Amino acid sequence: MKRLGRQIRRAGGRASLNKVGMGLRWAALVACVFLFADAPSAMGQAAAPQTEGIKIDGHYGPYLPTDASKDGYRADQLIDVVHWFMIALFVGWGIFFTYCLVKFRARPGHRANPEHIKAKPSKYLEIGVAIFEAVLLLGWSIPIWASVKNDVPPPNDPHAVRIRVVAEQFAWNFHYPGPDGKFGKTAVERINTATNPLGIDRNDPDGKDDIVSGELRLPVNKTIVCEILSKDVIHSFFLPVMRVKQDAIPGMRIPVWFTPVKTGTYEVACAQLCGNNHYSMKAIMYIQNQTDYDAWILEKCKPPEEFDG
Amino acid sequence: MSGHDHGSGRGGHHDHEHDLHHELGFWRKYVFSIDHKVIGIQYAVSALVFLFFGFCLMMIMRWQLAYPGQPVPIIGRFLSDAVAIDGVLRPEFYNALGAMHGTIMVFLGVVPLLVGGFGNYVMPLQIGAPDMAFPKLNMLSYWSFFVGCVVMVAGFFVPGGAANSGWTSYAPLSVIATTGQTMWLLGMVFLITSSLLGSVNFIVTIIQLRVKGLTMFRLPFFVWAQFVTSFLLLLAFPPLEAAAVLQLMDRLAGTSFFMPSGLVVSGVPQDFVGGGNPLLWQHLFWFLAHPEVYVLILPAMGIVAEIITNNTRRPLWGYTTMVYSLVFLGFMSFIVWAHHMFITGMGTQISAFFATTTMIISIPSVIILTCLIITLYNGYIRFNVPMLFALAFLPMFAIGGLTGLPLGLPASDIHLHDTYYVIGHFHYVVAPGTIFAIFAGIYYWYPKVTGRMMNPALGKIHFVLSFIFINTVFMPMFFQGLAGESRRLYDPTVYEHGVQMIGMRKMSSWGAWMLGLSQLPFILNFFMSIWAGKRVTNDNPWEATTIEWLAPSPPPHGNFAKVPTAHRGPYEYSVPGVKTDYFPQFAGAEA
Repeated sequence: MKRLGRQIRRAGGRASLNKVGMGLRWAALVACVFLFADAPSAMGQAAAPQTEGIKIDGHYGPYLPTDASKDGYRADQLIDVVHWFMIALFVGWGIFFTYCLVKFRARPGHRANPEHIKAKPSKYLEIGVAIFEAVLLLGWSIPIWASVKNDVPPPNDPHAVRIRVVAEQFAWNFHYPGPDGKFGKTAVERINTATNPLGIDRNDPDGKDDIVSGELRLPVNKTIVCEILSKDVIHSFFLPVMRVKQDAIPGMRIPVWFTPVKTGTYEVACAQLCGNNHYSMKAIMYIQNQTDYDAWILEKCKPPEEFDG
Repeated sequence: MSGHDHGSGRGGHHDHEHDLHHELGFWRKYVFSIDHKVIGIQYAVSALVFLFFGFCLMMIMRWQLAYPGQPVPIIGRFLSDAVAIDGVLRPEFYNALGAMHGTIMVFLGVVPLLVGGFGNYVMPLQIGAPDMAFPKLNMLSYWSFFVGCVVMVAGFFVPGGAANSGWTSYAPLSVIATTGQTMWLLGMVFLITSSLLGSVNFIVTIIQLRVKGLTMFRLPFFVWAQFVTSFLLLLAFPPLEAAAVLQLMDRLAGTSFFMPSGLVVSGVPQDFVGGGNPLLWQHLFWFLAHPEVYVLILPAMGIVAEIITNNTRRPLWGYTTMVYSLVFLGFMSFIVWAHHMFITGMGTQISAFFATTTMIISIPSVIILTCLIITLYNGYIRFNVPMLFALAFLPMFAIGGLTGLPLGLPASDIHLHDTYYVIGHFHYVVAPGTIFAIFAGIYYWYPKVTGRMMNPALGKIHFVLSFIFINTVFMPMFFQGLAGESRRLYDPTVYEHGVQMIGMRKMSSWGAWMLGLSQLPFILNFFMSIWAGKRVTNDNPWEATTIEWLAPSPPPHGNFAKVPTAHRGPYEYSVPGVKTDYFPQFAGAEA
């Protein structure tokens, strides 16, 4: 028990803890021990919302998952082409390898013949490999990456949906600017894990209608721009069905964009080890039609009563 | 199994520095020895123990992956509350097992075995030297390694348990982690120091102590591999040692090399000065860790080359090309590191640079692999136990190397980064790759070290079982990764793709446990053969051509009764006009 307590204190950083906070933490710790399967919500640590029982759409099998995005097919094509290339090389090598093992195995009457073997076939193989890799780079990977990095909708594009994704141990916070389209100011001093995890200033006119949600709700067929941030350690924003992955690095704000083309319920995963409950840091992404999405925005943008500003 | 033979006077007269005309006491002979062979055995035995320990850590983890939330059988009741609740692993312990498995296998297992064990023992013999250039430095490097090991393992016993921020120790997580991380950093300082001391020794020895006639291009490929590896260690490790000190300072001294401003952990603003950058740690870490993976593979390729040429009774095909490829590979390995960092927010130009260098570095690997396969052509292939492992290395390394391609291209890496695909990729290179090469080397050089052969029947059983089960463990991982399953997940069933992949995980787990059992014939064989193995009838039981086979089995202190001379290249097999199918490097004008 004591060791756990010390560990938790360290996980909470070197900031000094006041006694009331300590008492609350101990009480929460005891509760925690009996709630083993849950992500602990004690100690001010954020917990991912309960998601058991929510049905996830899409096919997840031994190969790539469902692609629910407009542009994911490009990376999928590259993965397909590379794998065919790999299989071709492996089978080619394998055939020659097996042939040698059988034809030149030690047996009575057989001798090694070390005379010089022509270098040409292997030279052609090397050159062929090099050329094909150049094709993969220039024909697929570099153009796709350039698009991923550069085709972010410009700030004045009215059709793009902008969201700030703020990761923390161990939950995702999706910060919507609300109907005014402007993000409110945030400050570390205002942070309260339970009521105001991002420290939004509700007195700021831009911040009045901001939404902070544990769910990622998006309209279908619109380009979404997510700016990825982190409050504490490195996380990684991973949307398997959108072929999106971007590390959330504290101190940085990194945009990703994608265009969902299928409605449905999908998962948001954390793809970088971020601590003990990294595995449970899941969020649900709801791709909805425009009407439902607009209704949700309007419903959520009213400030909650118990907000402490 | 002694590296010395003072009593008989064999090799009793040498022209080297230390005074051994009086018998050394037990401690100076077997513990604090400066003989490269004793040090090599110390490294090898320590490393084998840690390989086994690291493997056990993984076997525990694999229970949780196959049967999440269920108590670990057999050992569950012995796990304390700090690490498990009623035998069910805690997530923090799972993460510690993961981080320590990686660290121990790489830094306490494979590198000390390949370089400290095989390199130390075999390389001086292959160049005809009586010992390393700096024998005392050699001993110091072992004991620095030993201290590093103790500090690392001690991490399991400090409050909060062992380091659990991955073997990659990314900041800020590692900076706010529990005490075990400090032990990891201190341990790394000792381990890195050990490698630096060793690498200097290897480079000087290879340059200075080759016998007459042994020009650089007559060196066995194994020596070339150790030579390039030593440069990698020498040049790549210092940034990580410095980074480890910087991280120690962030943890203990209030600095902020890697800590940005404004961090809030669990609702509590952090008391750091700030202004640092977590990416700095990643650059410093990967600047070492990428060359490090070539440290893991190059000596293994060296071992495989020796065994393949010996057991095909023909020279290595393309020896010169292979040597140039080795050197080019070593050089390129310093300019690919950021392919581990594509997803950190990297722009187009830098990612194109690193993707291009990564594609380029695949070329020398392909060349070396192709040359080794072509060596089989027109050969006379003997399927003894070392050769079985050496042959299996080839397709296994091919799978590992090929699966690096979708990871090395940034656009495909988006989906695959930090998934099980990566785990499958690097394990194929290190586990059925390097570790098979290690087994091959042990079976091959065992008669030189002990004067006895290992039992071939047990060896073949060890090979077949290991080959089957190692593929069972790692092949499913590519499919898990493509499905989107991330690595380092205590319970992947939180995610739908994790639920669908449970069958694959069970297959990997059972494969791992069966693989563990498959090592029993090897462990039995290894120890039994020391006393009961068939004695060799001559010093060169494999009829090999390199100089180590001239020395007695085992070689005495000083190695050779008479200083050898190299008369020809290292792989003169099946030479027309020579009676036997091998013409050793050290033999005179006639065989």
